[in-house]
Amino acid sequence: MGLLIDLEKRDNVLCVRLEGELDHHTALELREKVDSALETEGLTHILLNLKELSFMDSSGLGVILGRYKYVKTLGGEMVVCSISPHIKRLFEMSGMFKIVKLASNEMDALYVLGVAS
Amino acid sequence: MKNKMELAFSARSENESFARATVGAFVSQLDPTMDELTEIKTVVSEAVTNAIIHGYSENTDEMIDLFVELEEDVVRIVIRDKGNGIHNVEEARQPLYTTKPELERSGMGFTIMENFMDKVVVESEPMAGTTVTLVKRLSKQRALCN
Repeated sequence: MGLLIDLEKRDNVLCVRLEGELDHHTALELREKVDSALETEGLTHILLNLKELSFMDSSGLGVILGRYKYVKTLGGEMVVCSISPHIKRLFEMSGMFKIVKLASNEMDALYVLGVAS
Repeated sequence: MKNKMELAFSARSENESFARATVGAFVSQLDPTMDELTEIKTVVSEAVTNAIIHGYSENTDEMIDLFVELEEDVVRIVIRDKGNGIHNVEEARQPLYTTKPELERSGMGFTIMENFMDKVVVESEPMAGTTVTLVKRLSKQRALCN
């Protein structure tokens, strides 16, 4: 099983919805698609919805951290929502919650990013 | 009684999911919990990814060896490459340490292996390769139906 990447623009937020497995093999495509969408649409924030992500390893942490650093250079924020207990453990282990904001669902995440829904 | 499997596959990133799914299917015979199964798949993914990126510098002509041994409640996984080797294993095992930050590596691979497994042994020799041995004893809580 690979990774399905769904991208949607909401105001100045790029909503990224992932389904499937995020590893070293699928991380590169995610990086390219997200960076290209941010650039062509001139967006500054990322909402990352992991509700349908069934597997992630440290390569996923790397690509998420990379996107966080990228939106920071644009003056933006990243909010992650709908995270499973397994992925939450990986985030805790790596200290990701110190920098990335967590929301329980997409509506809350959009609210954190200042988008009225 | 021991139950063993071994497998050799190309050092291609497509095979990361193949390796973890295969080990997951083999280990399922012991009826692990969902958490244990996810942990085992994750550590296999970490070690195989390390072999591909660091061991073989993404040279897809090379091969990775995988051995799994089940004995009672214990799972023992060995992942071996004959690649670059690690100059300083202690340093490589530190959280957030990576030699390839430009590839957006998180440096969390060994930390995850250590957190999810009971024992992680790394044997490595520069220019000869790296062998990672991962051992986990499964919990007994699943044995209720026996």
